[in-house]
Amino acid sequence: MYDYTDFDEAFVRTRVAQFRGQVARRLDGSLSEDEFRPLRLMNGVYLQLHAYMLRVAIPYGTLSARQMRALADIADRWDRGYGHFTTRQNIQFNWPKLVDIPDILGALADVGMHAIQTSGNTIRNVTADHFAGAAADEIEDPRPVAELIRQWSTDHPEFQFLPRKFKIAITGSPSDRAVTRAHDIGLRMLRQGGAPGFEVLVGGGLGRTPILGQVIRPFLPKADLLPYLEAIVAAYNLAGRRDNKYKARLKITVFESGLKAFGEAVEAEFARTRAAFSGVDQQLLAEIEAAFARPALPARDANAYHAARAADAAFRAFAAQNVAAHRVAGYGIVTVSLKAHGETPGDATSAQMRVLADLAETFSAGELRISHEQNVILPHVALADLPALHRALAAAGLATANAGLLSDIIACPGMDYCALATARSIPVAQEIATHFKALELEEEIGQIKIKISGCINACGHHHVGHIGILGLDRAGVENYQITLGGDAAERAAIGDKTGPGFAYDEIVPAIERILRAYLAVRLGRDESFIETFRRLGAAPFKAALYHEGARDAA
Amino acid sequence: MSRGSAAKVVTGNDLRAGDVVYLAASGAWVRALHEAELIEDVAIADLRLLEAMARGGEVVGVYLADVRRGPNGPEPVHFREAFRARGPSNYRHGKQEAAHV
Repeated sequence: MYDYTDFDEAFVRTRVAQFRGQVARRLDGSLSEDEFRPLRLMNGVYLQLHAYMLRVAIPYGTLSARQMRALADIADRWDRGYGHFTTRQNIQFNWPKLVDIPDILGALADVGMHAIQTSGNTIRNVTADHFAGAAADEIEDPRPVAELIRQWSTDHPEFQFLPRKFKIAITGSPSDRAVTRAHDIGLRMLRQGGAPGFEVLVGGGLGRTPILGQVIRPFLPKADLLPYLEAIVAAYNLAGRRDNKYKARLKITVFESGLKAFGEAVEAEFARTRAAFSGVDQQLLAEIEAAFARPALPARDANAYHAARAADAAFRAFAAQNVAAHRVAGYGIVTVSLKAHGETPGDATSAQMRVLADLAETFSAGELRISHEQNVILPHVALADLPALHRALAAAGLATANAGLLSDIIACPGMDYCALATARSIPVAQEIATHFKALELEEEIGQIKIKISGCINACGHHHVGHIGILGLDRAGVENYQITLGGDAAERAAIGDKTGPGFAYDEIVPAIERILRAYLAVRLGRDESFIETFRRLGAAPFKAALYHEGARDAA
Repeated sequence: MSRGSAAKVVTGNDLRAGDVVYLAASGAWVRALHEAELIEDVAIADLRLLEAMARGGEVVGVYLADVRRGPNGPEPVHFREAFRARGPSNYRHGKQEAAHV
């Protein structure tokens, strides 16, 4: 893993000291709220419904055991004993006091973490495939490049006041686990003539105007990445709209000017930036790559794993659902679900964080990942150790075998916490999970992605859910709109609205009608919900949603 | 937001702690909605809001929230204000914890 250099350490410490001074000046009246707000946002401090909220970056989703323990300590000392992992590979603390936040930032700096550029109109935390460095289908680990982008974008003097926030996602695998087409820039690693490079996508994003990113460069040599990114952001910085917040994202710039014209502007900038880059970025990258050397994973005998699979049904379910193929034979990638039925998606208690840190050290080369799907990943687990790991997870309430199933729901904080929300998300996710568990239908329904947002800003990625749920305020009452057919992976798609929305107490029955229709029309258990949707379209689901509903009401 | 309600309270968040506060008739910031001053005169509500906005060393993001008169004092009209007055629905954190409700 990457460890802070002296430069990183000094930079982060300086920012903590600056913020401590800014808070002191706010409290003694030297700074007004209007003056202070942009300063706190630069350091990830929001004011939400009930309290301040601190958003901490987990760059490319990678955490060490030591960092996870520090997050647990922060949760206990300054918050309410838990943290919320988000769809952008951040962790949010929901209850910090402003007066404590400089100390919290100091505790983060102690373990090489920060909250810089987790808000504001800057390049945000760079997100990556949560299986990076472990996935069986990976071309190269994308995290060294993500770290290079983090260093380049942090405090980049030209990009501190962009027209709007700017999000970059990167994957090193053909499988897209990083939702690259829903980012301002998506980077997908490819090989051309044996050399690695990137397919570069621009202009994607969800929010009030969901648009999928388009390919601006089918293949960019790896060495050209930073000058090319700098060219894109520079072109956007000039052309992006500053007159209207809702039209200020890159996706609108690309949409309004057209990909061709925007591409020409990028190429013009690229001629300049490429000449200006001296190659020092490639020296830095080589150093970063050395820090990401793969952990030694000795050959292990998997007999214990096969014996446990044969003997223990709960273990069998866990191994089948939550363990993905590793690049090294005899190893697996374990998804630890933070979606126990009835719990808040993405929340982990401080006790759970400590258990995960211990288990990472014992079983996963000390490494943890946070997925955009709000789960924790143990990336390097020997199959031989899986039975022991499973027992330890079960004891901590962390062995829910639902990765990729119906209850593995993405949900934003919604109106339970967020000042922007128009309706609640969390209780809808909780009720869907417990309802289908009670019906014992989850396993029968199989692979499906349900994603819930509590407002049109779409932090819950509802547009790319196979079933998306959007909570709105309709005349002072919570109302939930359903979209169908979205996809976050390689076949990225924006879901279509089904029709009129549903009241809070109608939304779970509405989801049940959709899923019962799926069970009735699918070709068999091998045809997943999204495959059935692609074959038949929305018609059978809309019929179940509205016609049957009308009959019930009559 | 509902436009039907004439009654208002002044509300915002405490600068230091961030929790939801309401303006009482005494001029103090109180933690419970039912202890807030219920203001029915629009002109007085606007005046109270201006006074509150001048107290930026104590509170952040003050605004007028719609309320209705209840038996124990102001009650929320919109569900957003109901959450602010109570706390989140997934944990008994926030005001509901302090009040042991």
